[in-house]
Amino acid sequence: MNELIRLLAYMLCIAAFLGLNLAYLGWVERKGAGHFQRRTGPKEVGPYGLLQPLADGLKLMSKQLVVPANADKLIYMAAPVLIMVPSVTLFVAIPFGENLVPREFNFGLIMMFAFASVAGLSILIGGWGSGNKYSLIAGTRAVSQNIAYEIPMLLTAINIVMISGSLDLNEIIRQQGSYIWNWNVFRLDKSILMPVSFLVFFICSVAETNRTPFDMGECEGELVAGYHTEYGGMGFGLYMMAEYANLVIGASLITILFLGGWQSPIGILPGPHWFLLKMYFLIWVFVWIRWTFPRTTFWGLLNLSWKYLIPFAMVNLLLTALFIKVI
Amino acid sequence: MSSLAQSQLRETFELNIGPQHPATHGVLRIKVVMDGEYIDRAEPILGYIHRMHEKMGENRTWNQFWPNMGRLDYLSAIAYNHCYAGLMERALGIVVPERAEYIRVITAELNRIQSHLLGFGAYIMDLGGFTPLMYAMDEREQILDLLESVTGSRLTYCYFRFGGVYNDIDDDFITGTRAFLKRFRPQIDLYHKLVTGNVILMDRLIGIGPLSPEICRKYGATGPVLRGSGINFDIRKNEPYSVYPELDFDIPVYHECDSMARYMVRMDEMGQSCRIIEQALNKLPEGPVMAEKVPKALKPPKGDYYYAVEAARGMFSMRTVSDGTNNSYRMRLRSPTYSNVSLFEEASRGMLLSDALAFLGSLDPVIPEMDR
Amino acid sequence: MDRAKIKKELEKLAAEGLPAGQPQEEAPVVVQAEGEGEDKAKAKAKKEEDVPRKNGLIETDYAKRGAHLDVQINPDQVVKAAELLDSEGMTIDMVTGVDWIKEGQFEIIYDYSYTAGGPAFRVVVRARVDRNKPDIPTISHIYGGANWHERETWELLGINFVGHPQLEHFLLPEDADFFPLRKDFKP
Repeated sequence: MNELIRLLAYMLCIAAFLGLNLAYLGWVERKGAGHFQRRTGPKEVGPYGLLQPLADGLKLMSKQLVVPANADKLIYMAAPVLIMVPSVTLFVAIPFGENLVPREFNFGLIMMFAFASVAGLSILIGGWGSGNKYSLIAGTRAVSQNIAYEIPMLLTAINIVMISGSLDLNEIIRQQGSYIWNWNVFRLDKSILMPVSFLVFFICSVAETNRTPFDMGECEGELVAGYHTEYGGMGFGLYMMAEYANLVIGASLITILFLGGWQSPIGILPGPHWFLLKMYFLIWVFVWIRWTFPRTTFWGLLNLSWKYLIPFAMVNLLLTALFIKVI
Repeated sequence: MSSLAQSQLRETFELNIGPQHPATHGVLRIKVVMDGEYIDRAEPILGYIHRMHEKMGENRTWNQFWPNMGRLDYLSAIAYNHCYAGLMERALGIVVPERAEYIRVITAELNRIQSHLLGFGAYIMDLGGFTPLMYAMDEREQILDLLESVTGSRLTYCYFRFGGVYNDIDDDFITGTRAFLKRFRPQIDLYHKLVTGNVILMDRLIGIGPLSPEICRKYGATGPVLRGSGINFDIRKNEPYSVYPELDFDIPVYHECDSMARYMVRMDEMGQSCRIIEQALNKLPEGPVMAEKVPKALKPPKGDYYYAVEAARGMFSMRTVSDGTNNSYRMRLRSPTYSNVSLFEEASRGMLLSDALAFLGSLDPVIPEMDR
Repeated sequence: MDRAKIKKELEKLAAEGLPAGQPQEEAPVVVQAEGEGEDKAKAKAKKEEDVPRKNGLIETDYAKRGAHLDVQINPDQVVKAAELLDSEGMTIDMVTGVDWIKEGQFEIIYDYSYTAGGPAFRVVVRARVDRNKPDIPTISHIYGGANWHERETWELLGINFVGHPQLEHFLLPEDADFFPLRKDFKP
């Protein structure tokens, strides 16, 4: 019974946390973009434009959902929901603090990757179901992109698993001590290539969350709006929210695997605040990258993955295995 | 081209890019036959903003046609003003006061910088980088304010008159322009730092959309497109008009023939325009800005007249056939992007979709000017 | 580009197009009209109104007209002229059609220029076709750039460019069944 109440409480908290994040990350992104671009960003609705997300939400919700004539109605309607569900589900496994985790799985990492790959599928069926050629191209692009980047991502994650000897996310964090040099990103005693692994993982996360410079699925310069060209109202709203949910998850995963999760960098007061701090810093870096770089081409993107990241990740894995075996 | 694209088993589909599409900067439509991500055939379809300026030229008197000149290329309208003024001054034999010519050059070059700024920003936006557009807009706004103070409009200028310009520039404009130049010059370096050196951008531009000098010649491409293909041709130097021969400036030429070369030509031209404006401001003579004795009723002698200027996108030229009455018998407008984009169909064959759109952006099309 | 050669060849071309027996000296009629006294010019112009210009080459005053050479040839010679100018490295600028309704003729004006650097050189090639049977061979296989210009001229004036690969509506709507630049066009 207690367990049930605990879970319900967590679900409520996650819903609130997610709702706030999804709304206000949009605000952060727009405000950040504004300041990167010598302008102020949203400022009309509320102080500093803080009520802008609410206004946007209201607008999106009040819009009619139009299903295009060519669309496959069921798939068209299901896709935005399907992209949202796994993103939300994943929060159940994220350890925000040592004891602040809804449900501790001993296979948390696998669950993360399993559910994250559903996002690629839902982008494909969204693109297919729209009955629009741009969306279809975007959908196929998104799938090949997701496949290409999941491989190096997994290969790098295996490094971590080998070092930690566990798939449990909380255990992985626990093994990284407090102090900055104990985090996986700097654990040179385990593998000298750890910082580079971190970089690979980071690049793959940008690609997995479909953000510029790797936003091949959206690509507004070529494909109008990519897989969500035909979506309006809350269909589009869900896609937007899923993008930010994926962003939060991507940043959390990097935090957990490489940056010591809730561990403190200076050895005092470990706790969820460090986790959130690191996560939001990473999100800020994502935003920063998005508003600084132009987009790569689809070919360039796949080349980067298959020709550079995957071979590197394999060599890296081999070296780490050797290192662990020898030491 | 991929080996798949060459095989007999390929399956193609049609894709309509535009008339409403972020990459076409307006209402250009490109009917693309795609083979996967490769382009089999890309046919530009024009006319979505066709207003028949040539017929208007026949129906209106010579003076009434002025406002049309601002509505062709809304980004470098002053060059178009310049062409029409030059054409009719050639036909009527009007001598323009020197101060007016200098003012013409100053405003035209400011307008060119403005056009290239937007071209630069919008081009990078095509490639997915949104921030440079806002940086460019910041500077562009200052030019628009300057030009507004002297011409009265922000984009669709109708500033020149037969025999001069209708409004003299004042000290505020001169100091404002000098201040702008001082501020703008370092900005070009900033753009290069922010954008040009970026690895992703170089990957997207270098070697994309090769245009040989031969194809440029066959299609009559001019302006930065031609100069990006290694040909040193600029009407301001090769067929000098106005007071350009008295000013010292260089024509940037790049020999790489790719999108990067065209992009770099535009960036360098902004610096050269700064030089021109600075010299013109220093040399600006005193005197009237309108020729005396411009007849009220304009009746150019029978015959046809031709005049060409270098607009921001290339050679803009007009041919008018006069029958000696107070409106034109035939008014022909040759817009630079019309010729520049006409080579797109041939040059884009076999390109990737994203490369083709990067290539189209490097031609810097302005649709109202193509459709006329 | 060899200016003298272009001039010579075009002159030859124009002479070929003259009907047999017509004295060649008559050709440059218009050239005298320029730069002379106004009255004289007016009188000349009056005289010209009735007589369309004969085939032939004129060296026009660049400062006044904006072109260096101005040649009128027969419609079937425009391809030859284009080939000649192409081999000399000239570029096509534009193709213009003019409706001379009084004379019952269309005039097609080809503007060539030299855009490969060096001082500008502009050549105007004109041809006149019968208004009731406006056929003229296309030059779009020589100059790709002429394709769109010819298509536009066909669309706006109804001049039929024989051999053009795609005489379809371009600037006007697909269902336009009129030629707006013809002088007898009533909107």
